Amino acid sequence: MNRFAALLDRLAYEPRRLGKLALLEAYFRETPDPDRGWALAAMTGALTFKNAKAGLIRNLAAERTDPVLFGLSYDFVGDLAETVALMWPADETRANAQLTITDVVDGLSTTPKEELSARVADWLDRLDENGRWALLKLITGALRIGVSARLARTALARLGGKETDEIEDVWHTDAPPYAHLFAWLESRGEAPSVATTVRFYPPMLSHPIEPEEFVPLNPAEFVAEWKWDGIRVQAAAGKDADGKRVARLYSRTGEDLSGAFPDLVRGFDFDAVLDGELLIKRGGGVQDFNTLQQRLNRKSVNAKMMAEFPAFIRVYDLLALGDDDLRALPFIERRAKLESFVNAHPLAPIDLSSTIKFDTWDELSAARADPSHGGAGIDAEAVEGVMIKRRDAPYLAGRPKGYWFKWKRDPMVIDAVLMYAQRGSGKRSSFYSDYTFGVWTEAGELTPVGKAYFGFTDEELIELDRFVRNNTTNRFGPVREVTHTKTKGLVLEVAFEGLQRSTRHKSGVAMRFPRISRIRWDKRPSDADTLEALEKFLARTSTAKV
Amino acid sequence: MQPAQILHPRPEGLYCPMADLYVDPTRPVARALITHGHSDHARAGHGSVLATPETLAIMAVRYGPGFAGSTQALKYGETLDIGGVKFSLHSAGHVLGSAQAAAECGGTRVVVSGDYKRQADPTCPPFEVVPCDVFITEATFALPVFTHPSGEHEVRKLLASAAMFPERAHIVGAYALGKAQRVMAELRRCGWHEPIFVHGALLELTKLYQDHGVDLGEVRHVETAPKSFYAGAIVLCPPGALQTPWVRRFPDPVTSVASGWMRIRARARQQGVELPLAISDHADWNDLQRTIKDTGAGEIWITHGEADALAHWCELQGLKAKALHLVGYGDEEEPAGAAA
Repeated sequence: MNRFAALLDRLAYEPRRLGKLALLEAYFRETPDPDRGWALAAMTGALTFKNAKAGLIRNLAAERTDPVLFGLSYDFVGDLAETVALMWPADETRANAQLTITDVVDGLSTTPKEELSARVADWLDRLDENGRWALLKLITGALRIGVSARLARTALARLGGKETDEIEDVWHTDAPPYAHLFAWLESRGEAPSVATTVRFYPPMLSHPIEPEEFVPLNPAEFVAEWKWDGIRVQAAAGKDADGKRVARLYSRTGEDLSGAFPDLVRGFDFDAVLDGELLIKRGGGVQDFNTLQQRLNRKSVNAKMMAEFPAFIRVYDLLALGDDDLRALPFIERRAKLESFVNAHPLAPIDLSSTIKFDTWDELSAARADPSHGGAGIDAEAVEGVMIKRRDAPYLAGRPKGYWFKWKRDPMVIDAVLMYAQRGSGKRSSFYSDYTFGVWTEAGELTPVGKAYFGFTDEELIELDRFVRNNTTNRFGPVREVTHTKTKGLVLEVAFEGLQRSTRHKSGVAMRFPRISRIRWDKRPSDADTLEALEKFLARTSTAKV
Repeated sequence: MQPAQILHPRPEGLYCPMADLYVDPTRPVARALITHGHSDHARAGHGSVLATPETLAIMAVRYGPGFAGSTQALKYGETLDIGGVKFSLHSAGHVLGSAQAAAECGGTRVVVSGDYKRQADPTCPPFEVVPCDVFITEATFALPVFTHPSGEHEVRKLLASAAMFPERAHIVGAYALGKAQRVMAELRRCGWHEPIFVHGALLELTKLYQDHGVDLGEVRHVETAPKSFYAGAIVLCPPGALQTPWVRRFPDPVTSVASGWMRIRARARQQGVELPLAISDHADWNDLQRTIKDTGAGEIWITHGEADALAHWCELQGLKAKALHLVGYGDEEEPAGAAA
């Protein structure tokens, strides 16, 4: 555990990507199986323990520490594992006992539920502060060391002298602790075999683009589609190595979502891998993200849920067909194959993402401003902008420059008054970084209309935090009430993507995706907007219930 | 006599009506008693200032000789009667010249701790326990997650890193008053005999420490030189300078910050620190408790910091406790400044 803890500790403080890669590569090279495999699983989010969860840590902390002091400490540190590691009343005489990550993973997986708490407490007593932190991080699963699954796989590629995409290609063929994968990387074993279909391809991502950046681009070299506000998925189906039919639905990160969408996967009657957007269709029209969210929030799927929230995939790319990997083809050729594919599979739960007709960037701009008249019709509610793709773009993993662009719709903007602030967690721990803001009612009072916790720079965060500390009028645990009279207080310009009627909010409206777009130090609270002004935005967005 | 008749909080700071005097006022007042030279406690523009000779010297360096209408020096242990209240100053162990202020009247003694620590510090005299009825304490690090390792332990981490990366320069962000000189003195104690390089912002206060007899060895101003000149060097600067182009003159710098906040990983990462050193000039959780017990005070008032936690602990011990939530202190200890 000491070795793994030291790795996590050094990774957490190493800002440079190359520095992180060097640390990871050295660890994989020097650490024996299966320790390194379990560490890899921990860093790629592949480990979960049925009985060891954050709740267990909370209960242990409650047994060993004062609840008020624990609460205040947790609020300050903003990270459960670190809080407990720092305040655990350790028995220093037992510290630094030999304990490997394999011991810990085995123990967490096999210890009966009723004995687990005592087992973890015993480990915590035997580890030093850094070891306690690593152990607790392993249990909570959120390592927060600035290592993405892709970076870990890049380090593996360096270990074995391969390309990162080669690792991505075989990633789903092995499972923790990845003995075969390491054997292959160290030239001690066979390369894993992968079917062309029923596999996950790392997705191609786009870059945001601003209007002035269009100037040098020739519209004739691009195709535009609507950017749909759903979740990015990959539908993969075909025969596996044993000739058995398999169908899978993957998330953007390669997580298998098949269990949550059996109604969709059942209909995958093809041998192909498709890239698209998972959406909900009701009454002939695509629903907005709020509706989809209601299905995503449910842990279990039942017939009622499936009937009420019928899912389908609006497909926009074809990555593999039969035994052919199509990713090297130019976009327009893949698009042509995709169109015939959709026509040939009328029963599959998919439809084609249509293109937007335009000859100039101004025409595209007009379509983006008014999707319902620009071709999206009844589905306009689910449009969050347009996607612009180069006709000759191959399908490349990651976020390659110059091929795909996303041009989101302009946000809606209001001026609101800061009312309450709460401390953040993680990177923002101990800063007052979650802001509740309000607008004026007819009665001349402020009513809270939303909460935002991003949109500002690190420098602005420091200023906001200082404003909160120096203008606190009331404290409720981690929440501070901040001065908000007509003449004294802070005006925040808030941008958001949509507004809905809501019975759950006192103001009667709920914002989608609110964030602080500017701090208006120059304005007085009385200059902020009214609820009436905010409600005008209802007309611009959907009528769906929240 | 009721303690509140001797001292009570006002928006400007703690006020003694009989002496018409404020302790560490955050805005200009007629008469101020200043516990120590950090800029959130010692501000310019008061009518008269009462402080230790060292603190007066520090204020003169920071604000110029005309920082107050008049000044009066009071050495540790001396007593001065103002309006029937006996004032005395006692070492707080925080930085050079830092003092606790004791105010006594009618058999009741109130002690204002100012900022203080109990850990050994080669650059200033140790904290003196002053028995009292009411102890008015700071609470900057009043959470059980804060147990500060020794200064030596942390400086040895810095030396180990310097030995591991001899081709890189180690740049340590340390607050200009107190922390920087303490890091230098600890480096000398741990056997670092090379010159210590400093940013210009640390020069004057470092010289003031040396003039007061604190041995810091050879301290040199960072000057224009080829990058390779600073390979293996240890350089001190204000924490704010770490984010400026100034650091680009050093070879592949390892950025470090010496601050009690560095105990919290997220704090260190928020500042992009690669080598956090948990060196603090404030009492940690255990030392706050020990000090409160040592004073024998039955009532504890808390000026600033994590007041709720300390008040809760006091109540568990059967002590009366009150959070004053004074505004304006601790600015220098906030993440941006990272002085604590």
